[in-house]
Amino acid sequence: MYEIINKQQLNPTVVLFDINAPHIAKKAEPGQFVILRADRDGERIPLTISGYDREKGSVRVICQIVGATTKRLGMLNAGDCLCDFVGPLGQPTKVDGLKKVCVVGGGVGCAIALPVAQKLKELGCEVHSIIGFRSKDLVILEEEFRSCSDKFFLMTDDGSAGDKGVVTAPLEQLIAGGEDYDMVFAIGPLIMMKFVVKTTKPHDVPTTVSMNPIMIDGTGMCGCCRLTVGGETKFACVDGPDFDGFLVDFDEAMKRGAMYREFERHAYEEACNLFRKEVE
Amino acid sequence: MPNMSPKKAEMPKQPAEIRKRNFLEVATGYTKEVAMEEAARCLNCKHRPCVSGCPVHIRIPDFIKEVAAGNFEQAYDVIHQSSSLPAVCGRVCPQESQCEARCVRGIKDEPVGIGRLERFVADRHNAQENPVVNKPVSNGRKVAVIGSGPSGLTCAGDLAKKGYDVTVFEALHLAGGVLVYGIPEFRLPKSIVQQEVDTLRALGVKIETNMVIGRVLSIDELLDEQGFEAVFIGTGAGLPRFMNIPGENFCGVYSANEFLTRTNLMKAYKENAATPIMHAKRVAVVGGGNVAMDAARSAMRLGADTVYIVYRRSEEELPARAEEIEHAKEEGVVFHMLSNPIEILGDENEFVTGMRIQKMALGEPDASGRRRPVPVEGSEELLDVDAVIMAIGTSPNPLIKSTTKGLETQRWGGIVADEHGATTREGVFAGGDAVSGAATVILAMGAGKTAAAAIDEYLSGKR
Repeated sequence: MYEIINKQQLNPTVVLFDINAPHIAKKAEPGQFVILRADRDGERIPLTISGYDREKGSVRVICQIVGATTKRLGMLNAGDCLCDFVGPLGQPTKVDGLKKVCVVGGGVGCAIALPVAQKLKELGCEVHSIIGFRSKDLVILEEEFRSCSDKFFLMTDDGSAGDKGVVTAPLEQLIAGGEDYDMVFAIGPLIMMKFVVKTTKPHDVPTTVSMNPIMIDGTGMCGCCRLTVGGETKFACVDGPDFDGFLVDFDEAMKRGAMYREFERHAYEEACNLFRKEVE
Repeated sequence: MPNMSPKKAEMPKQPAEIRKRNFLEVATGYTKEVAMEEAARCLNCKHRPCVSGCPVHIRIPDFIKEVAAGNFEQAYDVIHQSSSLPAVCGRVCPQESQCEARCVRGIKDEPVGIGRLERFVADRHNAQENPVVNKPVSNGRKVAVIGSGPSGLTCAGDLAKKGYDVTVFEALHLAGGVLVYGIPEFRLPKSIVQQEVDTLRALGVKIETNMVIGRVLSIDELLDEQGFEAVFIGTGAGLPRFMNIPGENFCGVYSANEFLTRTNLMKAYKENAATPIMHAKRVAVVGGGNVAMDAARSAMRLGADTVYIVYRRSEEELPARAEEIEHAKEEGVVFHMLSNPIEILGDENEFVTGMRIQKMALGEPDASGRRRPVPVEGSEELLDVDAVIMAIGTSPNPLIKSTTKGLETQRWGGIVADEHGATTREGVFAGGDAVSGAATVILAMGAGKTAAAAIDEYLSGKR
């Protein structure tokens, strides 16, 4: 069993957990992920690692409550235990040799983008960050990004915090304004990553995206997380989750992501009903 | 006086029409009386050809003699000396091509039902309240086993019986490997695997789940920092192959591994399961091995009206066990032989709507000795299906290879090991599908057993 040693509600639908897992904390690197099961009858879900404390032996994950499984996860508190927690899985983000980068995070993807930005800053790289959310209430990790970024931009769809607009607007300006990035990292919803690539590709700025498809085992066994990269089938769990954004077939990934939408919607409603009963 | 009945005592089974809609075990097992009657068919012949047909060399006539006399626990002891997983082998071993293929009774009549008797003995033992396990005296020497499938569990069991302090590392949340994620409940109930694993635990084997060796710990760390004196790699062949045809990434195309893992390990067949699976009405399974049969029969049980097996050679070449093919047919699975998929079709949301197949004919024999299928020009056909399951084989996972220095592998990914399981790295042994490529449970067990003996010899010499 893996104890939750700290829980924070970052916004109404995003929760942060620090999990006691010394083995994993010792080896984890930015870009890698874990698979967890909250309880014995639960689903295995992948979550990208958003931090780790090698001394304390804890691993941080930040998750958005979107379905039945994450809803159950969100009900757990410090002192509760997760049934299973396995990792670190996947390839670490390649950060070697980069001098100047732009890290673009969208929504809960910012939780994964942060350790990448922090690691690059630590390595002496010039880091520009652009983070975007739907509205003010959903903003997370603003201070953390500010403190590791040489330039920082906060965007919201409705302008209720930072500037109004999408993350690609400042990105386009920065690139057009002559910022010559060695790499742009885009981590967020598929549609955002697709548009980041649309922005960077005409300028030929290398772009790494972090893919988060449906997974089961996370070790290359099921092939459920497959996607098309440069015309070849790749498994996000063992070949990724980072890929060259220019080569990823985002449209296919979006369609595959919708495979169980009906089931998930139904399961989520059931979970909500269940909790409602418990509250009554 | 032996029972000279020409046929095996019949195995009671659920009727096909009923079992094709449930996940309960197909065959329900011998009663005590029937088992004793069947055991009496054994001639107890001197040269014991059956034993040499068994990859783990169970003393078959000895255990059968005990069954005939009604000494079921003694029978269990005989089996357990050679096999750590008797309840599993009694169900999934291809006895017809191993022990039973060599049975003297089989020359004229049907061979003795060795598999059925093994299953009876193991089930009867496991049904006891507290089965007695004689825990061996520990020699305090640590051996790591990577992977808890058939080869790993066998290797662990044999070493534990010799007194080694064995730790098994498993990447998934449950021990058993392919026995829990791959082989379906109706062929091998998971409670039986659990009992076999519990027996190993009682022998002193430690099982650490959620440990992906190569990521959380490397083999070098196990040997240099964690105090293990030898390592056995039994990581299987888990990477699914695809055909690389158009439409293969559409929604509703599964690898057999994914389809079976969702169904078996994640219990997607149960109502209210947290893990989703598509309950497709018309399903095509591509491939002709046991895994293809498992996938087809699972799809049927999940509510399909029509399930096709699509195989590029003819029925004679089907690699699956005869019994599995027969069961699948009884349950209504339609066999589309000499057919090769060339494209999967989908709707505007890329959900599967059909599969185009090309008819094949058998040409000259290829390297495997089987006649090579060649396309028949202009013979395309369209199968109207809403899910496709690819069961065309698997290859070894490259994780261990890529994180272990000095471990040689074949070009196709299999770990290089000699006939005793020794790899190119000192103190590191390997066996099962990780070495041979995808094969059977019992061959993996045989490899685990051989490696356990080699590890014992290696460590005895080292002292």
